[in-house]
Amino acid sequence: MAVELTYQVKGGDFSHAGDASSQVKKVLKQLDIDPKKIKSIVIALYEAEVNVVAHALEGVIRVTVDEEKITMLLTDRGAGIPDIELAMREGYSTASKEVREMGFGAGMGLPNIKRNTDLLEITSEPGQGTTVKMVNFF
Amino acid sequence: MKNNTLNSTSKYHAIKVDPAKCFGCTHCMKVCPTEAIRIRNGLAVINDQRCVDCGNCMRVCPADAFYILQDDLSRIYDFKYRVVLFPSVMIGQFPDHISEGQIYQALLQLGFTHVFEVEQPIQWLIEAIREYHRDHTDHRPLISSFCPAIVRLIQIKYPSLIDHIVLVKAPHDLAAHFAIEKLKQQGAREEEIGIFYVAPCSAKIVAVRRPLGEKESIVNGVINMNELYNRVMKVVSKEEPADNPACREHLTREGILWCLPRGEARLFKKRSMAIDGIHNVVKMLEKLEIDDVPEIDFLELRSCDQSCAGGILLSGNRFLTVERLQRRSRHYPLAAESSPEQEIKEKVVGRLAADPIAPAQVFRLDADLARAIEKMDKVNRIICQLPAIDCGACGAPNCHALAEDMVMGMAKMSDCIYLQQRWQKEGKITSNRAFSNLEKTWGEGRFEADCNKKGARNEGF
Repeated sequence: MAVELTYQVKGGDFSHAGDASSQVKKVLKQLDIDPKKIKSIVIALYEAEVNVVAHALEGVIRVTVDEEKITMLLTDRGAGIPDIELAMREGYSTASKEVREMGFGAGMGLPNIKRNTDLLEITSEPGQGTTVKMVNFF
Repeated sequence: MKNNTLNSTSKYHAIKVDPAKCFGCTHCMKVCPTEAIRIRNGLAVINDQRCVDCGNCMRVCPADAFYILQDDLSRIYDFKYRVVLFPSVMIGQFPDHISEGQIYQALLQLGFTHVFEVEQPIQWLIEAIREYHRDHTDHRPLISSFCPAIVRLIQIKYPSLIDHIVLVKAPHDLAAHFAIEKLKQQGAREEEIGIFYVAPCSAKIVAVRRPLGEKESIVNGVINMNELYNRVMKVVSKEEPADNPACREHLTREGILWCLPRGEARLFKKRSMAIDGIHNVVKMLEKLEIDDVPEIDFLELRSCDQSCAGGILLSGNRFLTVERLQRRSRHYPLAAESSPEQEIKEKVVGRLAADPIAPAQVFRLDADLARAIEKMDKVNRIICQLPAIDCGACGAPNCHALAEDMVMGMAKMSDCIYLQQRWQKEGKITSNRAFSNLEKTWGEGRFEADCNKKGARNEGF
């Protein structure tokens, strides 16, 4: 048995960035998951969600919660990441000036996600889009 | 769990529903920040595990159906020394032409022997909070424990933030100890002293009677501020009495401003924030939970708009109350310049530390994860059947809450009036059956034509 949740994310819609992560947070609280674990999960998902908003045209978040873990799969259509290794470095950012002025895109995204997840897989096709898979164990 | 941790299942609430007045209009159910209210049999029912005593239900009730328990005022005569202990916000609600002196005089006329404003030894509280801030560097921002509705909200809904709460007792505790010590200095014995606290809101009443983070309350009785306001207005004399400075001997500017917005936050020289209104507070706590806030030192969070000036038991307009108190505060010295007796300070300050607060899991679907997942999955499937209109006709605040109630065994599919309509169209149930289902939520005869039924003429709206 598992809980499946799906959220659509629109590129450029910063005012709604974080909606999916707060929904997931509510669900995890009702499942009585350890608050510290919830925090890590939601921080990672929020960062990933903001990345879709900041860099992609549109995306889908699919969340599966079972007894052992939460799996979060973000698939977007957009620019993609040409060099994932470079993007994983602290402080590296390709976010535009406008995005940074809104307080996003400080370049901490991917490393912060890595710190807060147990498993992180990123695959990207430049010009096509990116898929981010994050798994956290309870 | 440590022995001194308060048992989170023992709940006491000051807000009650009067079945003679309530007609199940759903206003309260819609504004409750913890979705604690349901309509059953035509009446609002409060879930005492979820209620944080914020008083929003009472504020929106068009039928005046909520009331707040209080002690009988005649109980003061059980004591030789009868102290009325009131937060200075009380003074602020009176019209300008009634002076502090006239209010003190009226209180003595009502049978009290000593009038005492709560915020007098505020400097000791300021020092205690600053010390706590200095010694507890693990959690930032620290969250004020002043507003009991907010402390309860964090306890049930934001358990990961419990460690941010400043575990220092409330001003009324400090003031009660201070008043007792002062009277003892004058020769009174402790058992002869009755401390009666005048509460500005339902949450403070609960905090005084069943304190969270304290073993027992030091106050002997609680009086609702609106009740006392009415009594004072009745007996207040038109003459200005001789000044009675003992009532406010140690009152300071900070003390008077304490219960207003930024009353605590203003004392933090570093970055601080003050948020009033429980729905605004919820938004900030949601962000704080995921670390999505800048580095802030101190958060003052108050459930009522305009903090205690908007308390549910105050009578005046909240903005006028704030204005009068701000004006009043200018005539008082700064807290750092006041010096309540050092001898008393030593006896009182040691009692300022509050006990730890235990989280209460009142929103979880099940303690067992596998079962909780099953229930959550069921909620998601039920949601597909519901209309997403959030009409409240089922007796739950929204469709999602109804779905949760269903998996918790507290509601049925047939509670949804739209589903019933669909079933009738599909020939699955008879209209008689559908109607009797409706009456289970709203009470028998609720849908008979009746020009005089409660609420029919928008009375009170």
